[in-house]
Amino acid sequence: MGYMLNGTDFEADEEGYLTDLSVWNPDLALLIAQSEDLEMNDERWEVVNFLRSYYDEYQVAPAIRVLTKALAKTMGPDKSSNEYLYTLFPYGPAKQACKIAGLPKPTGCV
Amino acid sequence: MADAVNPEAAKPAMPAAAPPKAPTAGATAAAKPAAPKKDYSAYIIAKGQPVPSPTEIPQFKCGAMSDSKPFVAKSEHQTPLGFPGELVDNWQEKAVAKMGDLLGKYRSLQVYMDSCIKCGACTDKCHYFLGTGDPNNMPVARQDLFRKVYRRYFTTAGKWFPKLVGAEDFTEKVLDEWYTYFHQCSQCRRCSVYCPVGIDTAEVSMAAREIMDHVGKGQKYSNEIIGKVFKVGNNLGLPKKAIRSTLDGLEEEIKEETGLDVRLPLDEVGAEIMLVTPSADLFAEPHIQGLIGYAKVFHQAGISWTLSSHASEAANFGMFIGSYENMRNVSLRIREAALELKVKRLVFGECGHAWRVAYSFLNTLAGPFDFLDPRYPIPQHIVEFTVDQINKGNLRFDKSQNDKYRLTFHDSCNVARGSRMGDVEGGQFEFPRQILRATCNHFYDMAPETIKEATFCCGGGGGLLTDDLMDLRIKGAQPRMRAMQQVAQDHGVTHLAAICAICKAQFTKVMPAYGFKMDAILSVHQMVANAIVLDGSIQAKALDQKLAAPQIGNA
Repeated sequence: MGYMLNGTDFEADEEGYLTDLSVWNPDLALLIAQSEDLEMNDERWEVVNFLRSYYDEYQVAPAIRVLTKALAKTMGPDKSSNEYLYTLFPYGPAKQACKIAGLPKPTGCV
Repeated sequence: MADAVNPEAAKPAMPAAAPPKAPTAGATAAAKPAAPKKDYSAYIIAKGQPVPSPTEIPQFKCGAMSDSKPFVAKSEHQTPLGFPGELVDNWQEKAVAKMGDLLGKYRSLQVYMDSCIKCGACTDKCHYFLGTGDPNNMPVARQDLFRKVYRRYFTTAGKWFPKLVGAEDFTEKVLDEWYTYFHQCSQCRRCSVYCPVGIDTAEVSMAAREIMDHVGKGQKYSNEIIGKVFKVGNNLGLPKKAIRSTLDGLEEEIKEETGLDVRLPLDEVGAEIMLVTPSADLFAEPHIQGLIGYAKVFHQAGISWTLSSHASEAANFGMFIGSYENMRNVSLRIREAALELKVKRLVFGECGHAWRVAYSFLNTLAGPFDFLDPRYPIPQHIVEFTVDQINKGNLRFDKSQNDKYRLTFHDSCNVARGSRMGDVEGGQFEFPRQILRATCNHFYDMAPETIKEATFCCGGGGGLLTDDLMDLRIKGAQPRMRAMQQVAQDHGVTHLAAICAICKAQFTKVMPAYGFKMDAILSVHQMVANAIVLDGSIQAKALDQKLAAPQIGNA
């Protein structure tokens, strides 16, 4: 599968993760979110932005705990639990949010 | 907050714009295969309703799982493991040759092929059969997918009278069946416990996957992960910098909680112990809570330890794909790291199949470990280490910290049936329970036919813990989940503790289908982390004060 945005085709793997991470842009994020039946709101953008800046520095997605701690700082402690993240991304913050952020899927026993 | 909601914040190079909320016209996601929504609502048992037996034999549903196939590995996942990138032209010839090679190398495989007496003892022992009703998931039927090809090419009767002896050509249809049903076996070995002639279906499954890999039909999930271990050092692909940063965060957290400097060292030369743990312990919940537990136990024991970035993975998916070479190459990293860090002891974290590889195969794969201290087990399990500390009276617990949990324990298959712990029979069953009883006031075992050597797989083991097999995973979890539903009704059990990264990740995903919350799965060392009272900690002072204070009612 892939994504078509303004006449350009963006390649993705079987599960909808972009194969070329460098092509990501906010419009593409919206489109990926839409294909996941999610509407982007401020909270979801907050997560996606954090994932991207973390990835920039560490070349990998952050541990859930790192993500929730970072969100506690910016969004308040009530919006920082793993459970809350699942309300934002029902299929899991690590996997679904990474897809929207244009990052590779976390692999392994997760 | 303006910055926080700005999608450009992470990428300053992009033109600044308000965050879009809806896709622009002309944006489409290319046809996504429309997966029919599965209905699992029948799996939730209402309060007071009888829970069906975990071992209840289902009606046959022929072909029910014939469409279940994991994604096939692409060339970039295959070649780093030494396998062809795609299905080779002469695959049939190659596959038969590889089968001959394996039959010669592993005499056990030949014995398994010849010794089945079709007694039927295994038929209702597989969780995937019980959960799906697909007759091909009866262990004997799964073996027969392999056996019919074996008979055709390696037995006289099969060569001359194939139809009479159930022999079949290795056609593309058969290869397709193999790919489907050998990826519906989690190599948990429950069936082998009941087989009167001792056939181990896991070995047959491994051999089948090895043959498929050798003709270019590998499974993406497992093979991509093994490639990451070779490239970065662990299944998740966590580079050293990310590991250190996560460990720093945990040290801060523990300091805040206890007031103590509990260290989580990485690549520290000269440490006494090297801890090899699944990389999920550095990433996922509840895994990471277990890591906090290990660190606290090491701290209290006063023994120096370290993690290694080179051997930052306990898991060894080389076993799942039946590849000796890949299993060895993953294992060798542990030897290299132990030598480099000049450690004296090797301890493994909570990972089921890693412990089987470590306990049963490590010495022949990557030994001899004659440079380690022979006074300690080589290797040792973290559960064994903690039990030893408990027995020595070195650990103090405040069990009331875990009073919000009513616990049961899930024996992970590779620990239960593929290894042991300590020098007592059944140590692998008793040690984790001893820890839970020491740290938690409410512990109840599930039905005896579902625990210890009869334990049911979580439904995601053996390289099947992948989203493309989610339907299989949910159905395969049914026997374990029914056993848990029983103790939930009978004893008010709320949580399940485990010592395997795969089990923990699997239960997080499948428990909601059975009416439990996703965080109803816990790490065993999470219970330790919650209850342990470290010397000199905030908790120790509070507990001492409480004990010193006059008891209410005595005044």
